[in-house]
Amino acid sequence: MKIKPYLAGLLLLMGITLLISACSFFGQTQWSEDELASLRNLWIDSLPPLPVDPSNQYADDPRAATFGQKLFFDTRFSSNGRVACATCHLPGQLFQDGTPLAHGVGTTSRRTMTIIGTAYSPWFFWDGRKDSQWAQALGPMENPVEHGGNRTMYAHLISKYYLEDYESLFGPLPDLSRLPPDAGPVADTQAAANWEGMSPEDREAVTFIYVNMGKAIAAYERLLIPGESRFDRYVEAVLNSDYESANKILTPEEIAGLKLFIGEASCTNCHNGPLFTNNDFHNTGVPAAPDLPEDVGRAKGAQQVLADEFNCLSTYSDAQPQQCGELRFLVADGHELERQFKPPSLRNVATRGPYMHAGQFATLEEVLNHYNTAPEAPVGHSELEPLKLSEKQITQIIAFLKTLNGPIHAEAQWLAAPE
Amino acid sequence: MKQPTPKSKLNRTLLWIGGILGGLVLLLAIVFGVMVARMSDVPSDLDYSATRLSDDGFYRVSYIASPGKIPINQMHQWTLHVETADGQPVEDATITVDGDMPQHGHGLPTRPQVTENLGNGDYLVEGLKFQMGGWWVMDFVITANGQSDSVHFNMLLK
Repeated sequence: MKIKPYLAGLLLLMGITLLISACSFFGQTQWSEDELASLRNLWIDSLPPLPVDPSNQYADDPRAATFGQKLFFDTRFSSNGRVACATCHLPGQLFQDGTPLAHGVGTTSRRTMTIIGTAYSPWFFWDGRKDSQWAQALGPMENPVEHGGNRTMYAHLISKYYLEDYESLFGPLPDLSRLPPDAGPVADTQAAANWEGMSPEDREAVTFIYVNMGKAIAAYERLLIPGESRFDRYVEAVLNSDYESANKILTPEEIAGLKLFIGEASCTNCHNGPLFTNNDFHNTGVPAAPDLPEDVGRAKGAQQVLADEFNCLSTYSDAQPQQCGELRFLVADGHELERQFKPPSLRNVATRGPYMHAGQFATLEEVLNHYNTAPEAPVGHSELEPLKLSEKQITQIIAFLKTLNGPIHAEAQWLAAPE
Repeated sequence: MKQPTPKSKLNRTLLWIGGILGGLVLLLAIVFGVMVARMSDVPSDLDYSATRLSDDGFYRVSYIASPGKIPINQMHQWTLHVETADGQPVEDATITVDGDMPQHGHGLPTRPQVTENLGNGDYLVEGLKFQMGGWWVMDFVITANGQSDSVHFNMLLK
C-alpha cells in the first residue's frame, strides 16, 4: 500500500499532537517551574513566623492571651448581657457565624469575618478601617448593634470581675467609683453626654483600660492560626517530587482546579500567599446587598483608619512612628478605593458561606459565576475581566477550593470558652 | 503497469519532504499560538533592567531593592541611584514615586515616598509594596537643577 505524501505529513502531525496530549494528560502532576513557585507561595509551610505587633506590647504575653480569652467569651460585656465576641466569632464555626449579616444586640450591615490568621493582616474589617487586632476588637464593643456597651461600663466590669487578671498585667486600676456607670463616645445620647461631662484625665484613664482590654483580646486572637489542609500535603509531596503520594492526596479534578486557580482563572491575583489573600483591597463588582445603605468600602475605611484614635500612630499604640509603615504610606483617597473590599483568606472557604462582605452569594457556584461573568460594579470600577470558563472548569475550581479545608493550628484550650 | 521514471521518483521524494515539513510547521504554529495565548497580555519587548535612562535622557537611574528579590505582599524599600547621563551623581534631586499594573487598572496598594537623601546620588524609597505577581511599572519623576525627567522600570513579579 502506498501512502500519499501529504497524508504522511498529516499523520506525523496527528501523532505528535497525540503524544503531547498524552503527556499533558498523564503528566497532570508535572508542574512548570512557575507553577511550582505558585504552589510553594500558597503552601502553609511558607507562612512566616507570627509577625510581631509593635503596637501591642502585650501581644505575646501568655497571661494576656488567657485574660483575653476570658473577655472574648464573656457576654456580660454587652448592653443586653447576651453578646460576646464569640457570639459572632463562634469557635465551632471557624470563628465566624455562617450568616449574611452579623447579629449582636442588633444587626450589622456586614458579614462576620473569621479571626483565624488575621495576625498576619495589616488591615481589619472588610474596609480596613482598623490597623491592628486590638483596635479591631474594640470596634464592636461600642458599636450600638454589636455589643452596644460603653467604656465606663466595661471599666466597671473589669473592676468587678477581673481585677486580679487586669492588675497583674497592666498595673493598678484607677479609682472608678465616682465615674458614671455608662459613659463613652457612643451613639447612646445619655452615655455620650456623660462622657463629655468627664474630665479629659478621667476619659484618658478609662480609655487606657478599654485599650488594654483590646490588647488582651488580641493576644488571644493571635494564637488562632490555620493548620495544614489536604492541598498543603499535596504541595509538600509535589515539592519532594513524590508524585505517587501526591496523586493519592488530590484527585485529577482537584488538580485541574488548582491549575486553573493559579493560572487561567487569575485567582492568585488577590488570593495569593499561604493565607490565600493579599490583604489588600479590590473592587470586584460585587452587587449591592438589597435593603442596606450604600457601602463604599475602602474609600471610607481608609479615611477612618487615618483618623482612628487607636491607630498605630496614636498615643494608645506602643509602636514607634517608623514602625507604622502601612499607615505612613497609606493610599487614603482616590476613585480607585470606591467599593473596594478586602479579599478574605480562602482557607476553609468551602465550609463558611455565605460569601462577600454582606453575604451576597450563598454558594461557591454563585461566587464563581460572578467571577466568570464579571458584571459591572454598582459603584466605582470593577477590576474583573470575564473569565469565560466552562461549567466543567468551574466545577474543577470548586473541587480544588474544598481541598483547602483544614483545622485551626492552636492548642485545644484556645478553641472553646475557658473553664 | 507503468514504471516510475526517475523524475517522478524525485517528485515523490520532494512531496514527502514537503508533507513532513508542512506538518511540522503547522505543529510549531499551534505550539507557538498556545504559548502566545498563555503569556497573553504582557508585551514581549519590555526592558526589565534595573538601570534605565530617563525619557529625555537627562538621568541614568538604577534601583536596588531590599531584600534583593522584590517580595510580594511585603512592605520593603529601594535605594534609587540617580546620575547624569555622563555619570555624575545627582545630589539634590526632588523625586516623586508612582506605579501601576498597566493591564489591571489599578495602581500601587501603598503610596511610597523618597524619605531620605543618602548622598552620592542615592535616595531611600520607603513604603513599597506589590500585592500580586505580574507586570508592574514603577515611575519616578526626578527634578534637579531645574530639569525634570521621568524614568520607568518594568518588573515581572512572580
